Amino acid sequence: MFHKVLVANRGAVAARVLRALKQLGIRTVAVYSEADRDLPYLACADEAHAIGPADARASYLNQDALLAVLAETRADGLHPGYGFLSENAGFARRVAGQGAGFIGPGADWIEAMGHKTRARDLMAARGMPLGPSSGLLDDDAAATLAAARRIGYPVLVKPAGGGGGIGMLAAHDDAQLLAAVAQARSLSQRSFGCADLYLERLVERPRHIEFQVLADRHGNVRHLYERECSVQRRHQKVVEEASAPGLPRAALDAAADRVTRILADMRYDVIGTVETLYDGAGGFNFLEMNTRLQVEHAVTEAVTGIDLVQAQVRLAWGERLDAVLPSSIGLNGHAIEARIYAEDPMRFLPSPGLLAGLEWPSGPGIRVETGYAQGSRVTPYYDPMIAKLIVHAEDRPRALAALEEALRATVVEGVKTNIPFVLALLRNERFVNADIDTGLAAEVVRDMKTAAAANAA
Amino acid sequence: MARIEVQSEITGTVWKVETAVGANVAAEAALLIVESMKMEIPVPAPAAGTVLELRVGEGDPVEEGQVVAVIEG
Repeated sequence: MFHKVLVANRGAVAARVLRALKQLGIRTVAVYSEADRDLPYLACADEAHAIGPADARASYLNQDALLAVLAETRADGLHPGYGFLSENAGFARRVAGQGAGFIGPGADWIEAMGHKTRARDLMAARGMPLGPSSGLLDDDAAATLAAARRIGYPVLVKPAGGGGGIGMLAAHDDAQLLAAVAQARSLSQRSFGCADLYLERLVERPRHIEFQVLADRHGNVRHLYERECSVQRRHQKVVEEASAPGLPRAALDAAADRVTRILADMRYDVIGTVETLYDGAGGFNFLEMNTRLQVEHAVTEAVTGIDLVQAQVRLAWGERLDAVLPSSIGLNGHAIEARIYAEDPMRFLPSPGLLAGLEWPSGPGIRVETGYAQGSRVTPYYDPMIAKLIVHAEDRPRALAALEEALRATVVEGVKTNIPFVLALLRNERFVNADIDTGLAAEVVRDMKTAAAANAA
Repeated sequence: MARIEVQSEITGTVWKVETAVGANVAAEAALLIVESMKMEIPVPAPAAGTVLELRVGEGDPVEEGQVVAVIEG
């Protein structure tokens, strides 16, 4: 097993991975930027090393600085977490080139799946259904417009090298499309170092369902069921559930089996998530594949009883899937996660600041993942997530009630949070009835605004 | 003609200045773009007018409520 692992990330995921490594008896190395030097989880690592200034480009995205710490500490593994360099094939190769294990799939997989149009081609060739889309766009406006007309408006402009919803823009006509392409190119280049774009048919109000897979380096792949992730703002998830409510179990299992078969055929390894759009009639259409741990992995852990991070580390070391997982994995109860963001609950604008007060709920079935403590500063340099609050209960109604209670027991002072949004969501009739799609968040905000106006009147 | 102070709604870093002192701007036009928590948030002109002052430059930190520009409109 790994002797010492460097966690090349920050915040809640760094804290989570450090804990899993400790449970596996592996020594740990944490890294931090100048802005993060006082964050509480750094004390949980056996060593913590400074890697640069606050700006992520100079620290958490600074490959040379991370590789220098890897060499200096003689760590034999690197866990990339999610975001930052977690899906950077070049970085994974450099880690391996230094003789350390990259705790994720092989670099070739990151390269193939990280590039969205290449991933679509690979999956489609093996029978994965997908919606209409274009190839990579070039700089020729006429060709771009022609591609959009072939797909049919509305279309979604997407960075091929991206993720996290950044640079994804909808266009309903030619003028919007050309403006969106220009804006997305700039954002994509700055965020991902890759300006490649393509078009997808914009599905109005689909459900976002994703399938968790684990795989070993010996050709074995298994799925750990699905997650419902349709509650999103700006194409970023806010609330996730396992299992997916209100969909036929047989259809979900058939889709999970198909994904597993395709990935086994490709000999995919270690960990991944296949994201799909479910539009009822069309079934589960491939959206993209993430070759890393997901933010929302904890809901799967709750219902399957599998520690995904420990499994990921063991599989990356080369253990066999049947040694890591029990022979049968069931679905136990229902889990729901709310991402607590430092942002305005109705406009979703960032609200960095000092966490003057911070109190989390505790009790059976409640789990909190955070990288902050009272007195920490949420800075404008990184993503706005303060914590993930996960509850696990016998069934969905109980899980929703438990989440509401947990949110009401949560205290965050000093920044605005989206807790009022999540509370409004939990009272939304469509959400309660599992009638969920990606348009639901906007409806909830509209209801909140109506209620606020009525109160003011 | 009224002097209008334009504030940033959010704390972050000025990523781009989209105008210059003396320029005429339309209402809602982006004067500058603030980057915060991986988002780019434009600071729009509250009304059409002429830019009298720009109090921040690219790369400067800004606080919520800070006056970043003054417009005569």
